[in-house]
Amino acid sequence: MTEENKNKPERPRRSWSFLLYLPAVAKGLFNTLLHILKLKGHKTFTVQYPEKRQEVRPGFRGEHRLKVDELGREKCVACLMCQTVCPSNCIDIVAEEAPWEDRDKRPKIFEIDMLRCIYCGMCEEACPCDAIELTEKLYTVSTSRAEMIYDKEKLLSN
Amino acid sequence: MNDNPQGILMGAVRAVAIFGGIMTLAPMLVMAERRICAAIQNRVGPNRVGPMGLLQPLADVIKLLFKEEIIPDRADRTLFSLAPLLAFAPAAISFVAIPVGRDLQVADLNVGVLYVLAITSLGVYGISFGGWASNSKYSLLGGIRSSAQIISYEIAMGLAIVSVLMISGNIHLGSIVEWQAENGWIIFYQPLAFIIFLVAAFAENNRLPFDMAECESELVGGFHTEYTGMKFGMFFLGEYIAMIVMSSLLVTLFLGGWDPVFFDLPEGAAGTAISVLCFTVKLLAVLFLYIWVRWTLPRFRYDQLMKLGWKAFVPLALLNIVLTGIVVSLLTETG
Ligand code: SF4
Ligand code: SF4
Repeated sequence: MTEENKNKPERPRRSWSFLLYLPAVAKGLFNTLLHILKLKGHKTFTVQYPEKRQEVRPGFRGEHRLKVDELGREKCVACLMCQTVCPSNCIDIVAEEAPWEDRDKRPKIFEIDMLRCIYCGMCEEACPCDAIELTEKLYTVSTSRAEMIYDKEKLLSN
Repeated sequence: MNDNPQGILMGAVRAVAIFGGIMTLAPMLVMAERRICAAIQNRVGPNRVGPMGLLQPLADVIKLLFKEEIIPDRADRTLFSLAPLLAFAPAAISFVAIPVGRDLQVADLNVGVLYVLAITSLGVYGISFGGWASNSKYSLLGGIRSSAQIISYEIAMGLAIVSVLMISGNIHLGSIVEWQAENGWIIFYQPLAFIIFLVAAFAENNRLPFDMAECESELVGGFHTEYTGMKFGMFFLGEYIAMIVMSSLLVTLFLGGWDPVFFDLPEGAAGTAISVLCFTVKLLAVLFLYIWVRWTLPRFRYDQLMKLGWKAFVPLALLNIVLTGIVVSLLTETG
């Protein structure tokens, strides 16, 4: 009447000592003891924050910086490439005529809303003049929303 | 017992000292638990409040005291408020019979073992009432699970104790310790009973690997999901005090209580002081084991828990009693 279920998975055979549980428990306890005593190369990973700070890996994408050339002028030519590519639409550029011979425009206003930025680095990649880059600064802090919109001076000094 | 005023006064002093002791030990235990768990997980744990974070428990209690008390709509208000007390009080009063030092306990009861067992079992009312009164499915499930678990493991625990009583031939906790001081610790006579008692004690206290009543990943917080503020604090403290009581019972019954193995206690106050010290050291060791196990083992499934209790521990404990009985009767006949 009852048909054997052919698809029934086979139960793993377990030895008598396994079913006692105690050997495995003892092994586990021994392992955690090693962690408590910090033997076998275990170490505490916690970084005591305000006193110590975590090292940033190379290539970390933090706050933006606008670069300057040898003459101290901003490299940006206000081509709006970064503004166009930015996926979160957080760059706002207003161009003006450049007083220099070698370019037509320069940014009059260059603002990045750090609250909207997702630090994807697309702006850096899109820039034809290598004028914008992401620094390794990661403590983007302020006491108001208005302060979080970084203007040209702030970005140049970053 | 003591009808003269001096005796009553001494009793009161002892009571205050011992309760003061466990009430201080419980928050420190919470602290120790957090630090040890952190060490096991390669973290640091709370280390900011006070020197080495030692004032953290105080900060926690103050926080709990100032938290808003929320009673859920349509909860049974009386039971809801009563439950934390019911969980806390039995744990605290069952400690009176434990001999923490030579001739030093709050109440010298002839039926110490029975008293402790009876009173600690009352703790389950707090948990199941709390679960019932909260009017929440998680609390209810937690309460039900925990009552079933505590009742099942109580049997195994009681049976394990029976074999201890058969060997020491006494039900008075002080005399059991004295017997061990003379003849050696009972753990060497009754290793099986020791393991059964230990595991059952974990289960009785709702500690991992048997914390079915709380079971964060399934039941949010179990029976205390709806509790806030100091009511939650009472549950929490009660749990830790119950842990201390169970560990004390374990030390008393199996690990020689206040007996300092290597030498005989001197007479008088110095001997009493040393005995208290020995008891404390053993107690702390057992408590460390509790914490250590908690952060090592995963939680059992509910059916595994019941299977372990009824199909393994109860028969084993019974078998142990029969064997102990045979051996004891053979020895007494020949000797
Ligand atoms: S990092 Fe990404 S999101 Fe931020 S400004 Fe550049 S393109 Fe926009
Ligand atoms: S892409 Fe570069 S050059 Fe063009 S506007 Fe942005 S920063 Fe300036």
